[in-house]
Amino acid sequence: MNIVVCIKQVPDTASTIEVKEGKVVEDELAWVVNPYDEYATEEALRIKERFGEGKVTLITMGPERAKDALKAELAKGADDAIHLTDPAFEGSGPYATANILAQALQKVDYDLILCGWKGVDHDDGQTAIILAEMLNLPHVSFVVKLDIAEDGGKAVAQRQVEGAKEIVETSLPAIFTAQKGLNEPRYASLRGIMSVKKKTIAEWGAEALGLDPSSVGQEGSLTEVVEVVPPPERPPGRVIPGETEEAVRELVRLLREEAKVI
Amino acid sequence: MIDFSLTDEQRALRALAREFAQKEMAPVAREYDQSGEFPWPVVHKAHEIGLMNVTVPEEYGGGGLGSLEDCLVGEEMAAGCMGIAAGILANTLATTPIVLAGTEEQKRTFLPPLCAEPCLGAFALTEPGSGSDAASITTRARRVGDEYVLSGTKRFITNGGVASLYIIFATLNPELRHKGICAFVVPRETSGLSVGKEEDKMGQRASNTTEVILEDAVVPAFNRLGEEGEGFKVAMRTLDYSRAGIASTAVGVARAAMEAAIAYARERVQFGRPIAKFQAIQFMLADMAIKIETARLICWKAAWLIDHGQPNRLDSAIAKCYASDIAMQVTTDAVQVFGGYGYIKEYPVEKYMRDAKLIQIYEGTNQIQRLVISRALLR
Repeated sequence: MNIVVCIKQVPDTASTIEVKEGKVVEDELAWVVNPYDEYATEEALRIKERFGEGKVTLITMGPERAKDALKAELAKGADDAIHLTDPAFEGSGPYATANILAQALQKVDYDLILCGWKGVDHDDGQTAIILAEMLNLPHVSFVVKLDIAEDGGKAVAQRQVEGAKEIVETSLPAIFTAQKGLNEPRYASLRGIMSVKKKTIAEWGAEALGLDPSSVGQEGSLTEVVEVVPPPERPPGRVIPGETEEAVRELVRLLREEAKVI
Repeated sequence: MIDFSLTDEQRALRALAREFAQKEMAPVAREYDQSGEFPWPVVHKAHEIGLMNVTVPEEYGGGGLGSLEDCLVGEEMAAGCMGIAAGILANTLATTPIVLAGTEEQKRTFLPPLCAEPCLGAFALTEPGSGSDAASITTRARRVGDEYVLSGTKRFITNGGVASLYIIFATLNPELRHKGICAFVVPRETSGLSVGKEEDKMGQRASNTTEVILEDAVVPAFNRLGEEGEGFKVAMRTLDYSRAGIASTAVGVARAAMEAAIAYARERVQFGRPIAKFQAIQFMLADMAIKIETARLICWKAAWLIDHGQPNRLDSAIAKCYASDIAMQVTTDAVQVFGGYGYIKEYPVEKYMRDAKLIQIYEGTNQIQRLVISRALLR
């Protein structure tokens, strides 16, 4: 069972995001692997361990620093990695990113593809789904449980839907997007960290993928980020004084008349 | 030239140790501090991902890394919980004498079983009547044929009650002082070895500190590290080697205290503004950062000397003494930033202060470190 995991390097959610001239200031950010992609990697490793054969290949698109994300997941046990990097890729929205991934994946042998359901940076949640369309593969999103049939021909996935769980059966290969709850990602290990040096990280740019510059970056994107604006500062909370009964009455009145939420 | 950049592996190792310490140690630190129970579940997890025995060479089942890596791991683990870290890191004290003074056969016999499982080791030098004056130990070693018979009492032994292997220092004749001391590897199951009372400590309460009692405990002569009379040298070389790592744990405790103080100073409002807006608090925080940064530098330098096979006694002594002194100062100031809340056990900083105190005392008191340093100056 050969599994491809698409991962993304994103700013650590604990870092302070500074916005200047409509853009996020990246200089001081700490970068981590997108948490949903960690679930995807973990699931891939578990499937490989269950089958006892095959390999887990990581793939990411991003600048040089994105290699750290690949190394972090290689240290957990993935076998090899592909780094899609080219100055021309900069500014790619979900559509252009999916296009680049799709081109790359044509050169890779896989039985299934796992992704996080969204990146916690732009929160688009589109790339994996567009990728499935481009590769003409079935896809199941928000997966919280995944069972691969022993012959590797089909899979049964549980996906989270509003107030319920939906159970979906699909043929393979297919794309699954991981939701929180799918598993508990493992730690890297000292041995894993030391083994990263011996693993290959292939580097592919636009030319290697046969991609026309107009199909990548901003030009190849269907969306454009016009401006990034920090959220307005939250106004301070309000304490309603008085006896409980009276205060509750006042709270209900405020919720109805001022906040207009009930 | 000087180069402070860490390799990819070192950065990844530090990140792993940090993640482990923050997720697996910090959340349970208070619970173990209160109960004084031994944190076996944490030890098992640390072992599983390779955060134990990092300095033991790979061919004997360890991580095969150097003293600098030991420092990186030590700082992170201590920032999570010094008490839990002490038990895990004390293994270095037990494995180092074997690595430094053991024959190939001794290394192959003793190290792989210790590293393969989540096993702990203990370094037993101190006795009820012998602390700073380590050459005054009275635990006796008598040679009988191909064996040694050990008798005496060891005190304040880290991992004493949980270790599967002990390094016992004993003397052939107390009158010979340091020239009579031998080092022995003593397995837990050795008949005549028993664990005495467990100490109820002020800090580092998750670490296990006990007496270790030897009543005619018999070990094969094979278990002696180095020649007869070389035991004191083995102990001193081990301590020179381990002090950079111990010093780094002091940096870790200090850093955790500073981080807690910064977070609290941002939140706590007095006189209509967060106390972090007041210069009195700002300067305390700045002093913490100055001390932590300089302490880390001397730890790394001592570790670098060790990793490059250069004499390190002076730098290791400065690192241990300075880092633990500043840890005491920084943790005390962190309690001060917290004010009344700092004195309450619900908040984390009083524990940092209790934990830091012990680092000034163990592995050679800071007074002994100052002796080592001044001796080097006046030589």
